[in-house]
Amino acid sequence: MQLTVNGTAREVDVEPDTPLLWVIREELGLTGTKYACGVAACGACTVLVDGQPTRSCVTPAEGLEGAEIRTIEAVEETEIGRRVVEAWVEHQVPQCGYCQSGQVLAATALLSGTPNPTDAEIETAMSNLCRCGTYNRIRAAIHGAAEA
Amino acid sequence: MPLDTKSPARPVNLSRRGFLASGAALVLATALPLRPARGQQGEAPAVQTLLELRPDGTALLRSPFVEGGQGIFTAMVQIVAEELDLAPEAFTVEIAAPGAGAALTGGSASTRSSYDRMRQLGASARAMLMQAAANDWGVAVSELSTEPGAVLHDGSGRRAGYGELAAAAMDLEVPATVALRDPATFRWIGSPVPRIDVRDKSIGRAKYAIDAEVEGMLLAAVQHAPRLGLTPSGIVNRAEVEAMRGVHSVHLLDGAVAVVAERFWQARRAVEAAEVTWAEGTAEWPMPADFSSAGFRDALAGDTGEPVEVEARGDVAAALDAADTVIEAVYDAPFLVHGQMEPPSTIARFNDDGTLDLWLPNQSPAQFRAAAAEAAGIDPSQVRINSQTLGGFFGRHFLYRTANPFPQAIALARATGRPVKLIWTREEDFLRDAPRPLGVARFRGVVGPDGPVALEAVTIGEGPTQRWYGAPAGADVSAHEGISGKSYDIANTFVGQVPHANPAVVGYWRSVGHSMHDFMYEGFLDELAVSGGLDPYEMRLAMLAGNERLRTLLTRVGELSGGWRPGPFDAGDGTTRARGVAMASPFGSEVATIAEVSLDRGRVRVHDIWTAIDPGRIVNPAVIEAQVQSATALGVSQTLLEELVYENGEPTARNFDRYPFLAMYDMPEVHVAIIESGAEMGGVGEPGLPAVAPAIVNAVARLTGIRVRSLPLSRHDFG
Ligand code: FES
Ligand code: FES
Repeated sequence: MQLTVNGTAREVDVEPDTPLLWVIREELGLTGTKYACGVAACGACTVLVDGQPTRSCVTPAEGLEGAEIRTIEAVEETEIGRRVVEAWVEHQVPQCGYCQSGQVLAATALLSGTPNPTDAEIETAMSNLCRCGTYNRIRAAIHGAAEA
Repeated sequence: MPLDTKSPARPVNLSRRGFLASGAALVLATALPLRPARGQQGEAPAVQTLLELRPDGTALLRSPFVEGGQGIFTAMVQIVAEELDLAPEAFTVEIAAPGAGAALTGGSASTRSSYDRMRQLGASARAMLMQAAANDWGVAVSELSTEPGAVLHDGSGRRAGYGELAAAAMDLEVPATVALRDPATFRWIGSPVPRIDVRDKSIGRAKYAIDAEVEGMLLAAVQHAPRLGLTPSGIVNRAEVEAMRGVHSVHLLDGAVAVVAERFWQARRAVEAAEVTWAEGTAEWPMPADFSSAGFRDALAGDTGEPVEVEARGDVAAALDAADTVIEAVYDAPFLVHGQMEPPSTIARFNDDGTLDLWLPNQSPAQFRAAAAEAAGIDPSQVRINSQTLGGFFGRHFLYRTANPFPQAIALARATGRPVKLIWTREEDFLRDAPRPLGVARFRGVVGPDGPVALEAVTIGEGPTQRWYGAPAGADVSAHEGISGKSYDIANTFVGQVPHANPAVVGYWRSVGHSMHDFMYEGFLDELAVSGGLDPYEMRLAMLAGNERLRTLLTRVGELSGGWRPGPFDAGDGTTRARGVAMASPFGSEVATIAEVSLDRGRVRVHDIWTAIDPGRIVNPAVIEAQVQSATALGVSQTLLEELVYENGEPTARNFDRYPFLAMYDMPEVHVAIIESGAEMGGVGEPGLPAVAPAIVNAVARLTGIRVRSLPLSRHDFG
């Protein structure tokens, strides 16, 4: 099947029900998208599908033909993505970093739809888990990126 | 290469002309003297750090410690940069070359164990660069000075960058003694230098073990026996599994079945399709089929065996006998998984020359190397451990024989003749993790008009240090730290441990014994305060009479919170709130914490955590603050939510969906004050955690009158 990832059409030969996560990591070699739970409980595997934050570990590749898939590797190709990354650095958000690809993309999607989110909107949108507990910095960085 | 063991503080010059080709000029090595890691008996191995100066004026530091989010790379750069006089931005850091010997990252010990040697390393390199300039210019070294990255001669105005001098410096002797900078002039040590790895981690560029790749590798997944001690006797549908797409081969291992395939997803799908028959096998710690965490808790609480003495002072028995009122309580805390976000994995590759390369997350390369050699049946010198950045660790990546994937990866690489990357799914990680042990402690105490006069505390159980290093009961601090090691002045005290074997495989979890024992002790202390009609904050201050370090700390956290105010009080937003206080003395640091809570539909909400920490000496306050915030999050998480339940010998949760932990909406504001008392340097990665649970639980008791003696709070109804 053909998938459009980070603006490029890619031909992949996988079982149709293979989760997008493993297509991205194993077929396309883009390892910035992380596997952590595989059951849609944590958000480490978040990618953007037509701009929507999507847990790729439970999203079958079939049905995504024609969709615009964006991974962390291309986050800085959009203005909002760039601002989010800069805010992440400014607020020194990551610790171990393992959850942060998903966090950055979830934040990018949030700001794309809600340019100036309230704390409550941030809490609702940012359901991604971080075992290192970087939540307060994530919230601050999102506010920072919103103001930028 | 052997380091000078007679004067271990003096770095060794490893510069070779050959290094120039690889871009390095001056190469100095130093051995870091590690205090024996927790649990390790006797001498801990010295480990090597390399400082390489390049002709372009940049520096590369090869760290024996593994970065897992704790900011250790940044802290090490700051220390070397300070003495070398080279801006931190000019450094890059890599994990020390495989096999060169590497340290154990844990016990919050990395920075504190290496501080003096790293200063020496930087200072020695600077002295050699100055000597090179002096030789070149025909002037005395005493006439020279440095500015970041360059040597200066004030008399002539000459100036040479470190890069230009590095090649000449490589032929010089390392000076026997070097002067260290006056701490009053520190520019980088003690300042909030930004972390060096943050950008890569924000754009998905950081690589973890799970991302590593070697040519020609196959991918593997396993299905473990539901209980340790069972082993596969067969696979009913083996032919079917072998015929699945991408499958290379199917393997029966000790206690697990494995599928090796072209892709991990194929391996996983196949191994989960396997209908395995399990039979009794052999295991060092077979899990009883009827084991339950609830039953084990009751067994510990009911064990009235004779305690081994840990600490004693005065005459507790007499004080308890003489008292009109003795307060008694039993506390417990559950099993906890580590829940590091990166699932465990290992790549194993046998090379043509018979050596073995491993890529894996680990906190102690030397131990992994020895164990891997044993598993492969080769000499440790034939094993290279390629340590990777850790996607969280919290104690998960120590050597736990049944909890690390590498022996399976080695077996599969051997069986297939190909490099194999084995990933444990989250479900397999939950099943074979070495959880924080369930713990129980019994207390009896007497309180007088001025505070506690007697306190008897007995923990019941087995600590990870007994399990993994054979530390005997009493001497295993992991089984009682946080109940032992307290600084309060109580005339009659007894702390003991009743040894009681844990059928589960237990491990180290962030702050180890402190993660539960401070909750128990500080909770009971508040029970004594309530019974004696004393304010818990004032009572603690009084119990610290003469201990200026801790009185200062407690006073500081009170100020930080706007003045001690236990409540309950109306917060002005419709909530009624109360505060609790607790202290802890973990890993050489001192901590005091205040928590503010309210109730939201019967559920505890934590609004603010104020923590004052005194790590003695400070390298990077920003890193310390971030570590305290992170440790606080885990502390709040275990207090509110976390519990690994066993029934019928198996954990009932196998993934995050049935093991809730802290998400953003439960995260309190965290306020940190750092005190640099000048005492010996303590850890900063774990100390933020232990006082969180008791501060919250004490606040809840203040607010509701309900004294929680069993975590997590989600198990209790505050209606
Ligand atoms: S890995 Fe997809 S949600 Fe956790
Ligand atoms: S930064 Fe480690 S899990 Fe989020």
